[in-house]
Amino acid sequence: MKVCMFHLMPYRDLPADFERRYKSAYLDPVWFDVADPDKVGRYYNWTLDEMAYAARAGMHGLCTNQHHQNVYGFMANPSLMGAALAKMTSGQNVAIVQIGSTLPSTSPPTRIAEEYAMIDCLSGGRLVAGFPTGLPTDATISNGVVPVEQRARYREALELVLKAWSAREVFAWNGRHYQLPMVNLWPRPVQQPHPPIWIPGSGSATTVEFVVDRDDCFCHLSYFGAKNAETLGDYYWDTVAQRGRDANPYRLGFLQLIGVSESDEAAEEYAPHVEYFFHKLLYTPQYYQAIPGYQDLPSLTRALEAPLRERFDLQALKYKDFVERGFLMAGSAATVRDQLIAAVKRLRIGHLLALLHFGSMPHELCLKNIDLFCREVLPALSDLWDDEWHDRWWPQRLQPPAPSGPREARPEDRLRGA
Amino acid sequence: MPAFGPRTLRLWQGGIETRVETGGDGPPLVFLHGPWGLVGDRDFLALLAEGHRVHAPWHPGTSPGNPEAIHRLDDWLDLVVYYGEVLDRLGLERPALIGHSFGGMLACEIAAAMPERVGRLVLIDPLGLWRADLPVRNWMILPENQRNAALFADPAGPAAARFFALPADPAGRVAAQAGFTWAQACTGKFVWPLPDKGLTKRIHRIAAPTLILWGAADGIIAPAYAQDFAERIAGARVQMIAGAGHLPQVEQPQETARLVREFLADG
Repeated sequence: MKVCMFHLMPYRDLPADFERRYKSAYLDPVWFDVADPDKVGRYYNWTLDEMAYAARAGMHGLCTNQHHQNVYGFMANPSLMGAALAKMTSGQNVAIVQIGSTLPSTSPPTRIAEEYAMIDCLSGGRLVAGFPTGLPTDATISNGVVPVEQRARYREALELVLKAWSAREVFAWNGRHYQLPMVNLWPRPVQQPHPPIWIPGSGSATTVEFVVDRDDCFCHLSYFGAKNAETLGDYYWDTVAQRGRDANPYRLGFLQLIGVSESDEAAEEYAPHVEYFFHKLLYTPQYYQAIPGYQDLPSLTRALEAPLRERFDLQALKYKDFVERGFLMAGSAATVRDQLIAAVKRLRIGHLLALLHFGSMPHELCLKNIDLFCREVLPALSDLWDDEWHDRWWPQRLQPPAPSGPREARPEDRLRGA
Repeated sequence: MPAFGPRTLRLWQGGIETRVETGGDGPPLVFLHGPWGLVGDRDFLALLAEGHRVHAPWHPGTSPGNPEAIHRLDDWLDLVVYYGEVLDRLGLERPALIGHSFGGMLACEIAAAMPERVGRLVLIDPLGLWRADLPVRNWMILPENQRNAALFADPAGPAAARFFALPADPAGRVAAQAGFTWAQACTGKFVWPLPDKGLTKRIHRIAAPTLILWGAADGIIAPAYAQDFAERIAGARVQMIAGAGHLPQVEQPQETARLVREFLADG
């Protein structure tokens, strides 16, 4: 399997009374009342350094993401971070996983096609192209996208980007949402016709079906841990089977908060940071997330009937609860390793997105977490699935060398047209 | 009370199914509902139907069974031309238009684009204008308690309780909740992110005699907007409604219906 370091780039030093002063980590806190630009400069640099450190320590990929107007993560343009990481990891066997820029909120979306192509050229073909629809608050409030149009814009934009990457001719795009008289992108990605596509989702049935039909990698970006993702995971694999796709675990990515220490007791060093993460950073009220139109009527109805994702009263939970309920896998390397292997097998995860920095975690503790994880946990995960499945959603140039002797043709190779 | 019956029109090259509630006898009147759908307006419509033939179309996308219809219209030009087709299909030459909130903005746009098609115009707490000093509150992203207090003069009163009431059976409950949200999504398509789409450039074309009603405790659109509309529509009259927030036809249906009927009867 592949393991990627995920980073949100949060504000690490919020005032203690933050959640009493504001009703939301999104939109409401005014920059000048909370933030210090010099500190933020340090956070951006630490984030890049932590990611580069993870690459040197053996992580297979580095994940950036886009969010706006909040304290929880503000890589407002993930391509800026991805470009820096591509340069910082020049020549290394590590993927730059942009997961990524939000298509509906960028107009025209060929801007993202260009940025991704730049990163793919800059990194020598190491890009994974992630295409999130974007959180409702980000797309519709921060960027003013009409909620009920977000999905249609997304789909048209994705189609446009894919065509712009590989078209041999100059073409005009006469779309419903975008019109361009001449599209002839410079540069084009190294990986043709397109880099591997990963599409994140947080529990919308419509997104799951869309991704399975497209045969892309679906990444479940939950913060509630593998234990709480079984309903969605089962729904995902049922959908995969119903729609005639293979059970290749690499078509599923999953995010997990992880904290590794010398012992289970010592892992309590992560307590303040995970509580900070869930109490302050994930402090987003429903009325900023459940914006009318963000979900189409069938998804909305299904969510009201039987939510794919459970909701929790995060403020009431403490470190012990987060660990017990599996939101955070914390403990000695052996504890984390056992839990992760069980979760990976249960959910059939091919791409694990390890959130090794969360909340107020200081730079040094993050480096320690990366170091312990990569030395003592990662080796036990790397070989999972590879005896049986080929990762079709990974940059070709990063494929590990084939084991000795010719590999038998597999069903998934045929699906891909190989 | 006069009986109301729904019928379904197939419009827009067959792409939009529109349910229309029709009832009562008398001169024709078209009611254009606000962001929360037609369900809460039924008592008010019944009162109007005592003396009028009332037609109340569900906005595109909100008719049961046809949510995809919302994707057949992109902008205000589409929406206004579509409502021209609705009037044609209902066989209404020059009806009175009564619009609430989003429906009020829509009624203004129809009356400005097709002044010859609107006999009289009643605007109930309409959207459509924007004042930087009194920004319209975005009802789609308000916490429940703030939303309820903005919609109702008495958010704990019986009208609010009826408006937000859900059926007891689980399926009906889900359908009602989903419908309530989806109606905001469909109407929101035309007013997101701000309900100012240039009406102020077109509003001078409204020729119909106009009555502007406003809930004195409207917490979504400040009652001061009533005067802004009145200044831009020749001869328009303003009437405040006490004991009502953004939904006077729900919170004070008798009084609102009385004012509408008097205005429509007057000439």
